[in-house]
Amino acid sequence: MFKHILKSLTGGPVTEAGPSPSDPALAELAGKLEKAAKARLGRSLSIREVDAGSCNGCELEIHALNNPIYDLERFGIRFVASPRHADVLLVTGPVARNMREALVRSWDATPDPKWVVACGDCAVSGGLFRDGYACVGPVNEVLPVDLHIPGCPPRPADLLAALLALLETSAAR
Amino acid sequence: MYGEQPLFGLLNRIGGAPVADHRPWPRYRVTREGWLSLIEEMEGSAWSLLGLWGEPKEVFVALREDMSGDIAVVSLECPQGRFPSLSAVRPSANRLERAAHDLYGLTAERTTDPRPWLDHDAWGVRRPLSDRPGAPSPNPGPYTFLPVEGEGLHQIPVGPVHAGIIEPGHFRFTANGETVVRLEERLGYVHRGIEGLMRGKPVAEAARLAARISGDSTVAHSLAFARAVEAAVDLRVPPRAVWLRALMAELERVANHLGDIGAICNDAAFAFMLAEMSQLREAVLRAADLCFGHRLMMDRVVPGGVAADLPERGPALLLDLCAELRRRFPPLVTIYDGKASLQDRTVGTGIVSTGLVNRFGASGPVGRASGRGLDARRNPGYAPYDDLEFEVPVLTECDVNARVWIRIREVEQSIALIEQIARRMPGLPRGLDGTTPLPLVPLEAGQGGAGTREGLSLVESFRGDILTWVRVEADGTIGRCHPRDPSWFQWPLLEAAIEGNIVADFPLCNKSFNCSYAGHDL
Ligand code: SF4
Repeated sequence: MFKHILKSLTGGPVTEAGPSPSDPALAELAGKLEKAAKARLGRSLSIREVDAGSCNGCELEIHALNNPIYDLERFGIRFVASPRHADVLLVTGPVARNMREALVRSWDATPDPKWVVACGDCAVSGGLFRDGYACVGPVNEVLPVDLHIPGCPPRPADLLAALLALLETSAAR
Repeated sequence: MYGEQPLFGLLNRIGGAPVADHRPWPRYRVTREGWLSLIEEMEGSAWSLLGLWGEPKEVFVALREDMSGDIAVVSLECPQGRFPSLSAVRPSANRLERAAHDLYGLTAERTTDPRPWLDHDAWGVRRPLSDRPGAPSPNPGPYTFLPVEGEGLHQIPVGPVHAGIIEPGHFRFTANGETVVRLEERLGYVHRGIEGLMRGKPVAEAARLAARISGDSTVAHSLAFARAVEAAVDLRVPPRAVWLRALMAELERVANHLGDIGAICNDAAFAFMLAEMSQLREAVLRAADLCFGHRLMMDRVVPGGVAADLPERGPALLLDLCAELRRRFPPLVTIYDGKASLQDRTVGTGIVSTGLVNRFGASGPVGRASGRGLDARRNPGYAPYDDLEFEVPVLTECDVNARVWIRIREVEQSIALIEQIARRMPGLPRGLDGTTPLPLVPLEAGQGGAGTREGLSLVESFRGDILTWVRVEADGTIGRCHPRDPSWFQWPLLEAAIEGNIVADFPLCNKSFNCSYAGHDL
């Protein structure tokens, strides 16, 4: 194992260069944050992920952000265990009615200023699940959404670009 | 005590009437007396319950005689909405019966547990899929957990929102100090109403829903759905499509197992392994993306064939991937095996007895780590696996460590399968100009019979066997589809696995199972 670690140490990082913050996301946020609280977050964001009825595909790609290739933490963005520690709720899924209360409670528990990101087609529009008795549909029918990341699931690079845009915009205040 | 009474023999003897156009295995419709004799026979037999699902006026159960591999569906018409429960002879039936009650309003008589399951009083409707959906209960009470009595016990409620990036569900631990005396699960939080949404949809649209039952097994669920539809309408898919499907299924299996091995070690505080395994997983997903245009290969397996073919350089790219995995995976396995502090956490933790996995018919790594060596690719088996060489690893240690080792062995087997497929794939690859047509046959209306046609399939996902049953209506739409994820028969065993372990080992046990919430909640 030590040989392995030594090789990792001498072999240079496997992490790839980050993408530039995504343009559509920047544009969406620019308008939103005009009105938002102007607290400086010091170039760091804590994210609480909430699965509100996802198929778990979105979770797999969000997980990938933490692998050494995308390495989200180098940008000062990290996932936290409690909404009480979070600046951002990253919500996936078409808001299953059985999860609605838990989602709202997570939002209530998140301190201000806070942002909500709808991740994946389900969270953005309700996807294939918007009709029917079991789902509410898009997240913005339940919470005010600041940023939409489409895709089924969004690729890690797209997630990264969107989150960087959020970081840039929130830190610029 | 296997097979003392052949399944088909019994079904004929109790007066089951075969139903026309049900493929590839038969469906027998029995009377109430027949159903009762079936329950009696199940008591003394080892037939596996493969699934149980409802319709507004009928209940269905799929059974398998494990030794011979004989499979049959038995159904009982219940105009009054009641049927005798199977839960006393097959405890695995209980949650399925509760789901059939919540969705279809079918009542299981003399059930071992009548509480609601998927219905959390949040839909604004009761029995949403029955003929007569009901108004929501005016003042829903809280869910009653099973009572626990004893000195010095305390309860720890966890969820539905957990600490990590995982799916939601509620766990109610009763502990005595550090030791878990009982775990009770409450699931259903991510119920999206998939069975209801599939009703009346054209096959192609329903297939997109099937692909989103559980994102980590999107290929396997799509395959199970496609095979069930193809069985119903008696459609043969081109050989190249059959091989491409297996290729995607094995890529999915490798990617998930790599992720799971890393995640299990991470929950034993060995983050190094997660960092390494997640890089290998990423390599697999990127190869899948290059070959099929989607990292998870969602919507690529469709009824009739496949929706994406390998590019010309695909086979070479896959062989390179396999070579990389063969170079990088074994040293990591050696590290896992040699780390005493890691073994200390995984060996002897979270034991599930062989008797219990057999009783619940648990498949996948959970079953195979506890001596239940079934694999749907072999039993009942489907193409092209009869043409490929692979082994099904089985262990009898029944603990977290055994579940890790099953995954390690399966990664090795799947790498070998991907190599075989890449080398022997029949048919022509898609040309750069896209001129070679896709291996896909269109579904014609009225194929396989003029009326309704029913099909059943059993497909091995990375998690275990998926059973999918469909009815295709005369107009080509889906009348009913029931996809049964392997998680249904694994979740209850997690409750058993944690008993007597310390609370802090729960994440480890849970990861070693890695049941799907979405696949279960539907
Ligand atoms: S957007 Fe797609 S991947 Fe994400 S939860 Fe919805 S169906 Fe699954």
